[in-house]
Amino acid sequence: MIKQWFKSGEPWVWLNAAAVSTSLILVLGLLILIAVRGLGHFWPATVIEYHYQDNNQQITLIGEVVDSVVLSAQQAKDAHYQLPSGSDSLLQHLIKTGNRDVTGLDFRWIQAQYILSSDYPKNIVVIERREWGNFYGYLVAVKQQGQKSATGDSAIGVAQQKLQQTLTVFQQIDHIQQQEVGGINYQLERLRLQQKKLQLQNQWNDQIQQQFTAQQAQYQQHYQQLQNQLAQLYQQLSRDSVVVKEASGQEVEIPLAKIVRFYQPNQMSLLDKMGHYWDKLAEFVTDDPREANTEGGIFPAIFGTVMMVILMAVIVTPMGVIAAVYMSEYAKQGFLTRLIRIAVNNLAGVPSIVYGVFGLGFFVYIIGGHIDQWFFPESAPAPVLGTPGLLWSSLTLALLTLPVVIVSTEEGLSRIPKAIREGSLALGATKAETLWRTVLPMASPAIMTGLILAVARAAGEVAPLMLVGVVKLAPALPLDGNFPYLHFDRKFMHLGFHIYDVGFQSPNVEAARPLVYATSLLLVLVIMGLNLSAIFIRNHLREKYRALEN
Amino acid sequence: MSHEPIRTHAIDMSSFSRSAQKPRLEDEQTCIEVKDLKLFYGNKQALFGINMKMPKKKVTAYIGPSGCGKSTLLRSINRMNDLVDNVRIEGQILLDHENIYDKKVNVADLRRRVGMVFQKPNPFPKSIYENVAYGLRIQGMNDRRVLDEVVEKSLRGAALWDEVKDRLQDNALGMSGGQQQRLVIARAIAIEPEVMLLDEPASALDPISTLKIEELINELKETYTIIIVTHNMQQAARVSDYTAFMYMGELIEYSSTNELFTNPAKKQTEDYITGRYG
Repeated sequence: MIKQWFKSGEPWVWLNAAAVSTSLILVLGLLILIAVRGLGHFWPATVIEYHYQDNNQQITLIGEVVDSVVLSAQQAKDAHYQLPSGSDSLLQHLIKTGNRDVTGLDFRWIQAQYILSSDYPKNIVVIERREWGNFYGYLVAVKQQGQKSATGDSAIGVAQQKLQQTLTVFQQIDHIQQQEVGGINYQLERLRLQQKKLQLQNQWNDQIQQQFTAQQAQYQQHYQQLQNQLAQLYQQLSRDSVVVKEASGQEVEIPLAKIVRFYQPNQMSLLDKMGHYWDKLAEFVTDDPREANTEGGIFPAIFGTVMMVILMAVIVTPMGVIAAVYMSEYAKQGFLTRLIRIAVNNLAGVPSIVYGVFGLGFFVYIIGGHIDQWFFPESAPAPVLGTPGLLWSSLTLALLTLPVVIVSTEEGLSRIPKAIREGSLALGATKAETLWRTVLPMASPAIMTGLILAVARAAGEVAPLMLVGVVKLAPALPLDGNFPYLHFDRKFMHLGFHIYDVGFQSPNVEAARPLVYATSLLLVLVIMGLNLSAIFIRNHLREKYRALEN
Repeated sequence: MSHEPIRTHAIDMSSFSRSAQKPRLEDEQTCIEVKDLKLFYGNKQALFGINMKMPKKKVTAYIGPSGCGKSTLLRSINRMNDLVDNVRIEGQILLDHENIYDKKVNVADLRRRVGMVFQKPNPFPKSIYENVAYGLRIQGMNDRRVLDEVVEKSLRGAALWDEVKDRLQDNALGMSGGQQQRLVIARAIAIEPEVMLLDEPASALDPISTLKIEELINELKETYTIIIVTHNMQQAARVSDYTAFMYMGELIEYSSTNELFTNPAKKQTEDYITGRYG
């Protein structure tokens, strides 16, 4: 009976099915875990007020429950905790209490046995600040130029309204600083470099000097105007503040300029919470990071990742295709080509950090250093291209993914039927014309496959980038409104490195943990998006050249 | 691929009636002359000193069993064998009294003068229009009006115009096998070659498509010198004016089709056309 079952081949089918489902469950589980952990972060949690017995002293704590852990008797004993009477385990909660500026730490563990009472007061306010993390407490009053302008129940409405005004002013300031002041600084720097260049070339004379001074004065004047404007705006900003009461009863004054938003989670309806959720999510995707990357958004990292990958694709595709065309169409097949193929395949197996080291040593220091010497002597000793940056990162990753593109292009070329090539040659086309007009277009789906694999690998690569261009916080995007718009020499932020940085280098690990998950999810989504668009193009091409299959 | 075995002279004799005046090869104007052509694939010799003259604006057929070298000989005429690794060619092929294996000859130019149609239809994965315009585009012709004109003329020449005139921009791969083969012929005649080489052009087609191709060959010989390789002796009898029988890389017999099929000079030829071997 059993023997027959084995002979029927059914166990083999079951084994296959089990392998497939295990892989699927693992992948799904991974995605679900990051999605739940990451996306849950933006949901406004209810805030609890605890009366807590802390070493014979009764205190009040306000915060969100982040985590709950049950300790066994042995664990509790090891930690010198006392077990609650009549129980053999101990329940602990991790509470996010915020208010780091007042209490010094914004997370603390409490033991359930010492909680005297807990409550969900409706009027608790959560304030998201630009510095020091969240604040949990009660709104006491709104102040305008040091005078209390509203207290009690009306305070929250007034405060919201004032906050909106403040945020508008903040946006204006941000715009002026980023766009206009940034632009002027950029122009002034260019002027300085130009001057130095002319001096180096001995072409500097009084006439040019006058021109330069005039231009400089013009920029300076504009700059002064902006400064005055900014000073005014800053004054407006510092006008208002709110007074809030902390859990311990201490009153704290927070300037509105330091506040991003405040909300009362215990009063919010489901709809309010959803609105808040989308706001936070949008902020995460579109805003700059704050507070050592532990708050705010990750837009520069998304932008840097996508930009770097696209630039890499633009570099690697022609290089790989040309190399593959030479190897499979022109080079004489023999020992040497076989050796080169083996070398190319082995290149794919070199650890990525080695590419990083090579990129730093060769691209950055040797090539970049020489370019600086020859073309940018005026900016010395500050390096232009002789320092890690976007261009070198893309080049390094292009090198890393080159084997993939070469191999799949060669495969695609070898699959083009001989009849098609002969048909073209018989019409009087040369070999090159046949390649350009017929063979390469028909091999384009295979080239796209190579590119898809390359993108998938490059977008997730972090180690080499840490050596050749990624930074924790880039002051400016590699693309902006200043000529030449695309700044290959700038350092950039990257989602993969961002995950590492937020998770392991941040001063506030507990606060950053959900962001690690959220950023991971986003990295997966970005790679998926890049891949899907490439797959879409490939399928389109395949459809066009479908006939190859028969 | 396998030809139909013929036990007797079962060939439709009516097809010979049009060449009743018994044309003689010696009277024709020569288009291509093969002189002592030897061809080697590595160490293996595939052609053993072929000598023959192919007449202008007539159809010459090569017949013979598989592997006898007829395709190799055909492909030597537009130097397609150059693409094969380790191939070595001795002797001469004269096209209008010029040796095509001369160093001065530009191979692309030669192939423009000597068009070729292969056994399996091999249209490019492009539109019908672009397939026919391909040869001209290679020559740098991009004038839309000229291209339109040539495409129409070539498709009419290949008896395909009426079937495809409403879908010129459709992908050529959507056509039937017979249509694809006629498209490939249209593509070849678009660049106005002097000679057309047909390598078993109907062997992958159904009988009706085959008939159309044969009719087409009859029309094309008004304009072009045609050389056709075929496995099907009835086809050779139907379409060709002259027939060459090859065996084991050697030219056994070459004369007018009528004579070769009704009164073969060599025993080997007779054995083959009566189906005793091959």
